[in-house]
Amino acid sequence: MGDKADVWQGTLALMILKTLETLGPLHGYGIARRIEQTSGDLLSLNYGTVYPALLKLEQEGSIESEWGVSDNNRKAKYYKLTRMGRKQLDRETRDWRQAQAILAKFLSAEPST
Amino acid sequence: MSFMKSLRGLFWRLSVFFRKPQRDAEFAAELESHLQLHIEDNLRAGMSPEAARRDALLKLGGFEQTKENCRDRRGIPGLEALLQDLRFGFRMLIKNPGSTAAVIIALALGIGASTAMFTVVRSVLLRPLPFKDPHRLIRLYEHSTDDKFPYNQVAGGVFKAWKNESHGFSDLAIVSPDAEYNLSGQSGQLPEKVRAAECSWRLFPTLGVEPALGRSFTPSDDQPSANGTVVLSWALWKRRFGGDSSILNQKIRLDAKSYAVIGVMPSWFTYPEQRVQLWTPVYHEESAKDMEVLNSHDFIAVGRLRPGVTEAQATAELSVIVRRLHDQHLDDPFVSKAANSLPLLNDVVGDIKTSLYVLLAATLCVLLIACLNVASLLVARGAARRKELAIRSALGGSRWRLLSEHLVESLLLSAAGGGLGLVLAYAALQWFVATRRDISRIEAIHMDAIVAAFVLGLILVSALVAGITSSVKISDDQVLSALLESSRSHSAGLERVRLRKSLLATEVGFTVMLLIGAGLLLKSYGQLRSSNLGCVTDDVLTMRFSLPEAKYAEPSQRVSFFEGLLERARALPGIQSAALVRAVPGQGYAGDSGFWVAEHPPLPQGQEQYAMVRWADPGYFAALGIPILHGQTFDAQARLSGPLEVIISESFAREYFPGEDPIGKHLLTIGRRPFQVVGIVGDTRFVIAQPPRPMMYFPIYTSLYGNVPNEATLAIRSSRDVNSFVLPVQKIVQQLDPELAVSDVLTMDEVIGKSTLDASFDATLLLAFAVLSLLLASVGLFGVLSYVVAQRTPEIGVRVALGAQRGELLRLTLVDGLKPAAVGLILGLAGAAAATRLISSLLYGVQPSDLTVFATVAILLLLVASMACLLPAWRASRVDPVIALRYE
Repeated sequence: MGDKADVWQGTLALMILKTLETLGPLHGYGIARRIEQTSGDLLSLNYGTVYPALLKLEQEGSIESEWGVSDNNRKAKYYKLTRMGRKQLDRETRDWRQAQAILAKFLSAEPST
Repeated sequence: MSFMKSLRGLFWRLSVFFRKPQRDAEFAAELESHLQLHIEDNLRAGMSPEAARRDALLKLGGFEQTKENCRDRRGIPGLEALLQDLRFGFRMLIKNPGSTAAVIIALALGIGASTAMFTVVRSVLLRPLPFKDPHRLIRLYEHSTDDKFPYNQVAGGVFKAWKNESHGFSDLAIVSPDAEYNLSGQSGQLPEKVRAAECSWRLFPTLGVEPALGRSFTPSDDQPSANGTVVLSWALWKRRFGGDSSILNQKIRLDAKSYAVIGVMPSWFTYPEQRVQLWTPVYHEESAKDMEVLNSHDFIAVGRLRPGVTEAQATAELSVIVRRLHDQHLDDPFVSKAANSLPLLNDVVGDIKTSLYVLLAATLCVLLIACLNVASLLVARGAARRKELAIRSALGGSRWRLLSEHLVESLLLSAAGGGLGLVLAYAALQWFVATRRDISRIEAIHMDAIVAAFVLGLILVSALVAGITSSVKISDDQVLSALLESSRSHSAGLERVRLRKSLLATEVGFTVMLLIGAGLLLKSYGQLRSSNLGCVTDDVLTMRFSLPEAKYAEPSQRVSFFEGLLERARALPGIQSAALVRAVPGQGYAGDSGFWVAEHPPLPQGQEQYAMVRWADPGYFAALGIPILHGQTFDAQARLSGPLEVIISESFAREYFPGEDPIGKHLLTIGRRPFQVVGIVGDTRFVIAQPPRPMMYFPIYTSLYGNVPNEATLAIRSSRDVNSFVLPVQKIVQQLDPELAVSDVLTMDEVIGKSTLDASFDATLLLAFAVLSLLLASVGLFGVLSYVVAQRTPEIGVRVALGAQRGELLRLTLVDGLKPAAVGLILGLAGAAAATRLISSLLYGVQPSDLTVFATVAILLLLVASMACLLPAWRASRVDPVIALRYE
């Protein structure tokens, strides 16, 4: 696993929110799976770590959960975005893009001669 | 936004907290379904079932770990820890039911007693009077010319001048303090003597009180020519008239005159004292002349300050008025020279204040001692668990967590004690209210929100005191040393023993202070009871009556009633003697009069001489065993216009006839008539706590103030149980006058008991508290020493094995235990020496630094402490070395 990146602090929640926006209601396993796949298997993700993050998001009211049945008839807990979650996603996406742009500019500066 | 988020999170956590088991199960189910989904995917990808499961678990990062990671996010860790501590503490306490119960009972007694006393202090002393704007109400006094009575009652004429000339008050009222009426029975009821207050019609408006029924007095009721009107107290209305509102405007008979009932006061209202049962208008009841005199100080005056006027300003204005009257009557030394005032509340509760605060302080002492006992218990427990705690610290258990465990334990104890204490306090209050009907405002005593807050505060403070004093050592960095101490370390917990010993010394110190306080009060009470009234007190029965003026207008009617009463009483079989007097010794002040000695040069202007006045029948001195020292008693045959005779008391003779024979001299008194001194009798005390004062006796059959007196106390003496004469004597009174009621039917012992009630009450309560704390302290001593001995058993075993003498061991252990007691004793003696001065106003005939009391307490304490130490010390001396060494 040495060549895989760890999940950056604070980005997991954003990934979860984005996943739920893209795919609609989804269970924890599906979310973890999707995050891993989207990263092109570049991220090293313990699936277990999504659960504390989900719990936190739920406590903050960004997502809500409900028991449902999966495609292959398994009982699973489904999470979906709330209105507040969508707002949070928009905001965090914007923040992230901004931070990224700043950092990109910063890193592309030529060393002065 | 983020605040809202965290708030929402908190709610979520709280809601989870209360259904934690479901949540845990639900989460387990969620993880289970996660695994199943993953395994199925893996199977589809072609893994073997075993590999599929293994891979799923690996990717998850472990089932239990994931659960663990979520747990702290769910619920509230602090609260859960607290609950855990509670459960643990509870189990610890249950494990030692004996000591736990003892500690809880000690705390309950401490909290209960403090709460009860606080309730009393708050209700009686701190809560404002239930009148309108009570802070503006003040009681007004005259300041006597000789400065002996800075707070003297007010003369009718002085009040009149105040009312007409002062500007600082929106209202002024005058009340006569000790009126009594003979309430006649209607339709077969027995007549009854009732306490009353004669008041000016402004009294109720001044206090801001309205009658509950009917109306208040009007100016037209409050004048000599008006018809008689009366306002009833709620209690009298309920008791005597069945609470029937048709009583309004009906007539009742008071002192054989007819009065219309115009109103009933609310049930809570009482003024100027507890026992008052009805109010009449004073200017109707008293003669116009009595309401104008300047030198007879008979009334209570109360005023309501005008807004913006201070008490000092208003009183200064009154002083100016009194001063003017004084200067106009320089020849009369009994006209006062200034005015004084007190807030009405101070006046109402004045004399009980010190006792109540002393008792409150004592109860708080008991509580503190109980807390120290709890602390001591916790220290002992802590010692037993020292290693465990050290290991927990070493493994990263936070100090706070350890401390909180301690605090929770002491909180549990003090909460249990507080709950029980509240019940005790309630019972104690019922008892207190029932026992001390004489305290003013006693009816106002009840527990309220402030008292509840006080109890909660006590519980928390007790828990903190006990928990923190006992855990001082926890924070010390001793983890390593505790772990290093092997089971051989006989000095283990030495620190803790030292801590417990200093707690004990403190306990003993407070106990000594309480014991000394109680000892002083007890001794003072003993002095009081044994002080000589100056007359026979065994087998004497007294009862008071007053002949209604309306029915006994003629002097001859009064004389014949007195004669008839004495004759019939003396004829009762078993009665040794019967006598009439204005007031028996111990019954109170009952009035005085100024006088001049006719044979002496006139007094300088403005100087006064006065003595207490008693009128008595000629047989009074013999009946009560008051010795006639010189001369003789009154002429037994003289009636009405007989010779003017006076008998003086020993102290009177000493003070006003130094070095001369008073017999045959004349006193100019009571209308400046010359009364010849015919005898000198022994001194008697008017109240038991006051030294005898000069007294003048006049014959009861002679016209004194224009008529024969109409008030008297009948005293009878018998060799048999004197209480058996209560009914026969009352029957005689009934035969003489069916409308006449007697009151205060008391034996002499009861008369004295009544006036020493305060002293005996304070002494008894304080003694109870002192004994309680002595018990607590000795239990503490016993506990600590037993613990020390148990800890040192192996060491003692070694000593015995090496040949130590058992007697020596006994002595060593005893000394070890007595040391904290001795330190505490010294502290307590020093503390008491400083503190007892505060109760000197409660002491009679005892110095606050009374040596006998201090010495007795010291000896008693050492004795009790030795007893408490004896058993553990004896146990130490009996240690069997073989068994002791096997402990290792």
